[in-house]
Amino acid sequence: MNDLIHPDDWQFLRQYTPARLALGRSGHSLPTRALLEFNLDHARARDAIYAHFNKEGLAQQLEDLNLPTLLLTSRVTDRHEYLLRPDLGRQLSEESKKVLEDYQASPCTLAIVIADGLSATAVNTHAVEVVKQLVAVTKEENWTLAPVCLVEQGRVAIADEIGYLLQAEMVLMLIGERPGLSSPDSLGAYLTYAPRPGLTDESRNCVSNIRPEGLNYKAAAQKLYYLLTEMKQHRLSGVGLKDEMNDDPLLTE
Amino acid sequence: MAYRHTVRGFTYDFKDLKSVMAKATPLRSGDQLAGVAAQSYQERVAAQMVLADLPLQTFLTEHLIPYEQDEVTRLIVDSHDQAAFEPIRHLTVGELREFLLSEHTTTSTLQHLAAGLTPEMVAAVSKIMRVQDLITVAAKCEVVTRFRNTIGLKGRLSTRLQPNHPSDHYKGIAATVIDGLFYGNGDAVIGINPATDNVATVARLLDMLDTIRQRFDIPTQSCVLCHVTTALQVIRQGAPVDLVFQSIGGTEAVNTSFGVNLALLREAQEAALLLNRGTVGTNVMYFETGQGSALSANAHHGLDQQTCEARAYAVARAYAPLLVNTVVGFIGPEYLYDGKQIIRAGLEDHFCGKLLGLPMGIDICYTNHAEADQDDMDILLTLMGAAGTNYIMGVPGADDVMLHYQSTSFHDALYLRDLLGLRPAPEFEAWLLKMGLFDEGLKPIPSANRRLLELL
Repeated sequence: MNDLIHPDDWQFLRQYTPARLALGRSGHSLPTRALLEFNLDHARARDAIYAHFNKEGLAQQLEDLNLPTLLLTSRVTDRHEYLLRPDLGRQLSEESKKVLEDYQASPCTLAIVIADGLSATAVNTHAVEVVKQLVAVTKEENWTLAPVCLVEQGRVAIADEIGYLLQAEMVLMLIGERPGLSSPDSLGAYLTYAPRPGLTDESRNCVSNIRPEGLNYKAAAQKLYYLLTEMKQHRLSGVGLKDEMNDDPLLTE
Repeated sequence: MAYRHTVRGFTYDFKDLKSVMAKATPLRSGDQLAGVAAQSYQERVAAQMVLADLPLQTFLTEHLIPYEQDEVTRLIVDSHDQAAFEPIRHLTVGELREFLLSEHTTTSTLQHLAAGLTPEMVAAVSKIMRVQDLITVAAKCEVVTRFRNTIGLKGRLSTRLQPNHPSDHYKGIAATVIDGLFYGNGDAVIGINPATDNVATVARLLDMLDTIRQRFDIPTQSCVLCHVTTALQVIRQGAPVDLVFQSIGGTEAVNTSFGVNLALLREAQEAALLLNRGTVGTNVMYFETGQGSALSANAHHGLDQQTCEARAYAVARAYAPLLVNTVVGFIGPEYLYDGKQIIRAGLEDHFCGKLLGLPMGIDICYTNHAEADQDDMDILLTLMGAAGTNYIMGVPGADDVMLHYQSTSFHDALYLRDLLGLRPAPEFEAWLLKMGLFDEGLKPIPSANRRLLELL
């Protein structure tokens, strides 16, 4: 600190929120340190958008868990197009459609799909751990699993097409969420019962903010397992499925 | 009716009025995604030339979305004020631009004109205006609204204090409110976006905000930005609701996708008015809008996104709102790709809303997947100050930790007020001085905060 900065006396309030409180000021502006810390967080979020999707590495890690994989692509050709054409990111490329048709699926309980989405960083870091923990908690269920599909330049709805072609009763999409300043690596999970092309948001359930500082792997796997068993029992997903798992954050002290 | 223009031997045919409007719109990604944008630079200018020669009266007879199909169209047509329209009845769109820019057209002229303008007219004229035109005309407008203070007077700039928290944690929200107040923010509203639209949570957050407001006798209003049906529920339960919030769009179908219609909004307005909580006025509604929402809900009827947006303002003005703001850069790059598109859209929205008589503010913002950064926000912020926006957002450090996007910060309000000599709402300014938070020159007084903190 120097006398060019007016520090704020209420820095103790920072303990109650992750928000950027009590930053102090230089004139009416941010002190240099706070300015550059913001820029760093923005840079990390930007880098996450353009991060390389390590699909070969993820495939290897999944094979090590005895989970076979398929590598797929959407109709998007590059990141620029991905950002401008969400419709293309929701559809499989012709080659990938053929991969799934050639696979000649037989009906299965669950298809897991992993896509880069808006943060390959999130998927590279967290997806395998979530899959691992989920497979562990579902072991007793005798569920049949389709190969894990790794989709490049994918959006959420592409999982429905994949689940349909794989004849899966349910599909789980793990995808990089839109990076926030404080969370460039947040993983989202979307679940659909009886997936087929053309479904929209109200047909899916979502579990958000999966990362060690948010919803951790174990809690995420339990939540996903709960939702999948509810979906299977009630034979539906989306707005019609009531989430009654007792996990609401405490609102008061 | 077909529209045609020949530019240096090449004839462009436009199949209908909405096609002229869409193709005349300055380039943006959402219109390209919708497949309604001009195919070339020249086609865009040809469409603008067609638009410039179009008599304003055309919009009264040729409805972009049929009257029978859409209650927003019916609202626009049925509420059009012929007497207010009289002074410009004979003008074309191009002449309307010149009329608005004329030195003889004053604040008072524009205030009397508002009810005679339809959203399609103001959208059309905005498409043939440059940034400096949009600023010049918007700066002439003055739209003043009141609840517990007076917002929108010339020379004033208010802020919405936005103390969001990822899990609606009380202390986290209260801490952010205090930070914002110390920075002179919160005179437009203290407004929380709740993490969940849960009735009990909304009611408790409203109680908390009302307790803070009463404890420090702050001349402002609070709002929890829940769905209008949730607001009606908490009103019935006796929660202290100052303002009723709702996101709205410019077609009946997009409003349906938001779970609202015109009758429901009226019911909410009447319920809030019955509470009679305003001390200096009765503007009880708060609306948010944004280009691209109609396409996002597949409810755009082939219209360009900026025309849909202007139609949303016709919905807003039917309810005498205290606050209306476009959330300009929130929707993402498939609708507004980069800083340039966001900046222009923000100025268009503010211009169109003000001309239609709305108390326009703006959420100057971007997401991390848009090609934009803080420099773009500073440019738009400075331009919005020059254009006379009624209010901006105040988010600690510009980082909304619940909605995961970047808006304007508490510091940004200090910057803009300082740079352009703008002051908070008069009642709120008096409070800042009374509490010893700011001096007469509107500079923060650091030592005063210490005294106030002891009260907490």
